[in-house]
Amino acid sequence: MPTLTIDGQTVEVEEGKTILEAAEQLGIEIPTLCHHPLLEAYGACRICTVEMQRGKRVRMVTACNHPAQEGIEVQTRSPRVLRHRRMIVELELGRCADLPVLRKLADDLGIDRSRFGTGEHECILCGLCVRTCWELVGARAISFANRGTDREVTTPYHEFSDACIGCGACVAICPTGVLKMEDIKGRKVIHSELTLGPQRAIRIPFMQAVPNAPFIDPDECAHFTTGECKVCAKVCPRDAVDHQMEDQFEEIEVGTILVATGHDVIDCSEMLRYGYGLYDNVITGLEFEKLSHATSPTGGKILMSNGEPPKSVAILHCIGSRDENYKEYCSRVCCMYSLKFAHLVREKTGAEVYELYIDMRSAGKGYEEFYKRNLEEDVVFIRGKGSEITTWPEAPGEEGKLVVKCEDTLLGTVRRLPVDMVILSPALQARADAAKVAQTFGLGCSRDGFFLEQHPKLGPVQTASDGIFIAGTCQGPKDIPDSVAQGAAAAANILSLVDRGSVVIEPITSVVEETTCGGCRLCISVCPYDAARFDEEKKVSVVDEAVCKGCGTCVAVCPSGAAQQRFFADTEIMAEIDGLLAEIGDRHQFPA
Amino acid sequence: MAQFEPRIVAFLCRWCSYTGADLAGTSRLKYPPNVLPIRVMCSGRVDPTFVVNAFRKGADGVLICGCHPGDCHYNEGNYNMMRRFPLVRKLLAQFGVEPERVRLEWVSASEGDRYAEVVAEFTDEIRKLGPLEWAPMMAPPPVQTAESVVTAK
Repeated sequence: MPTLTIDGQTVEVEEGKTILEAAEQLGIEIPTLCHHPLLEAYGACRICTVEMQRGKRVRMVTACNHPAQEGIEVQTRSPRVLRHRRMIVELELGRCADLPVLRKLADDLGIDRSRFGTGEHECILCGLCVRTCWELVGARAISFANRGTDREVTTPYHEFSDACIGCGACVAICPTGVLKMEDIKGRKVIHSELTLGPQRAIRIPFMQAVPNAPFIDPDECAHFTTGECKVCAKVCPRDAVDHQMEDQFEEIEVGTILVATGHDVIDCSEMLRYGYGLYDNVITGLEFEKLSHATSPTGGKILMSNGEPPKSVAILHCIGSRDENYKEYCSRVCCMYSLKFAHLVREKTGAEVYELYIDMRSAGKGYEEFYKRNLEEDVVFIRGKGSEITTWPEAPGEEGKLVVKCEDTLLGTVRRLPVDMVILSPALQARADAAKVAQTFGLGCSRDGFFLEQHPKLGPVQTASDGIFIAGTCQGPKDIPDSVAQGAAAAANILSLVDRGSVVIEPITSVVEETTCGGCRLCISVCPYDAARFDEEKKVSVVDEAVCKGCGTCVAVCPSGAAQQRFFADTEIMAEIDGLLAEIGDRHQFPA
Repeated sequence: MAQFEPRIVAFLCRWCSYTGADLAGTSRLKYPPNVLPIRVMCSGRVDPTFVVNAFRKGADGVLICGCHPGDCHYNEGNYNMMRRFPLVRKLLAQFGVEPERVRLEWVSASEGDRYAEVVAEFTDEIRKLGPLEWAPMMAPPPVQTAESVVTAK
């Protein structure tokens, strides 16, 4: 462990550390331009030059890449160091005069103007971007080109580089801001000012997520594109990041299952007339919720994409719901959250709010009262569905606004509402993979794709499959109180099964009559549950009644009539047929 | 003259088609009352002898409904019925019954409207085919007695 002295203070550092790191340990600041702790020392800018004395020999060295050796004495602010530093900064200013980073250094060192003139370059050639691209990201898309005064950072032959993965690391690390990123991939950026758009590759899904820990999105992560980077692992103080981690599939044996897979929201960009994705200030309810949330990028302020608060907002109900072209059903939650939005917009911005509704569905405890409160808060309610959003002005006052076209069915007239922001209330729909989930768990799906309960009134959380329950919006659109109630009901049902420790099975099982069974094993070949097996000793088939689910297929194929189904025996069904077809009056005429 | 009203026996699987028929009822859908449903646990339970027996006892048509392929509550019961069905039709043809008098349809629990449609369509078809005179057809030829021979002369 070498011990050295910096500005008169003695410090002991680990083997292999540099003078810069040793100074950091002491809290002594040495200015740098081209240094970054995650990158190899480069020694390009020379700003970190210090005076080093070993024995009797005094030398000027760069602190960022000179090892902290035993017994050396370092001066970081001696007159000689400052003279050197001034010279370097003046030389840099001669290349690029107008950069804030250089200006600050110059001010600190008391330089008014450079004796080498004022250059107009914007790049200080620190090489941080190039080294990031090579060392960290591993994409190797940019590098230095040319020599001397022509030296510059660029892609090979100044052409668009296929090697660039668009991670933006070079932009993020650039100290001068000369590197900029353009959205050329056409990735959708909603409210770009508010950074609701592109996500980071490593993130916490949302504020209330459980567990509240970040995860890595392999589709976005540079490591999974180039095999390098791993910056997150390097900076994590607890070594918690593991890029080798893989999805694990575990088999868990359970007695009951609760399916609560939730819903999707209809894609508004399909409905071109609303201009979602086309106009910046047309947003969906969920996006507004993100915007208005206290932890949003705007800190809960309701702002348009240009950062200004809106003066007027239109809230459009039933986008895709109650619409024969999309979803015929009512999504149930939109009326109430739209009212909440109206209330929030009024409260936070004082903007004029228009609610465009087909019918106001405020059924629920306290809901109607909330609707009334909104009426008193001067929210303008227009009965009529918004039909189109356009930016084409037809009258003065419509320039630069979003114009919502609608028919006001109470006034009996077509209206055009010029507003600053539009909030769409998209339909709730069954999840895209609902059919697959239904097949996995043996559930039924209604025509609109939501899971079917056992009985609409008497079995709202049970399903056709014993021991499998459903709750929440996977069963149909519903609001949070209803989802909670249904979830609690399902949990109670499950607990009663768990508590009992045993399940009651249907008595409708198959039985094989030993004396008539011929041992053909047809029943064994058709049984989907392997409930039928062959008794080698007696040479007959035997049905395991605990496994048998009672489909009766084995009974239908049994050539000898030995297999019978309880409550659905051949004789019973034959008797039903006889009963149904018994002569009642005229055979071919129904009684009038 | 009153229109011929066929009698149709329907075998409905308990999970999909019977629930579908129930839904048609609870949805107040109108469909012909000619169908006499019998609930079975699965369409795979329908023994060809049930079909033959229904015709023998006076049915004019037999409808078998099960879950859509891949949706069977018992995984593959409806596939068993699907494979059995051509045999049922062949068997009926040998008895002199038009194979169109038996039909296999897939009706899921949510398809109340489809059940009503199937029933209406099938009833129409059977109505066109007319009554199935199974009993006279299968009756042995009348025994020729001396008396009858004399009368005939």
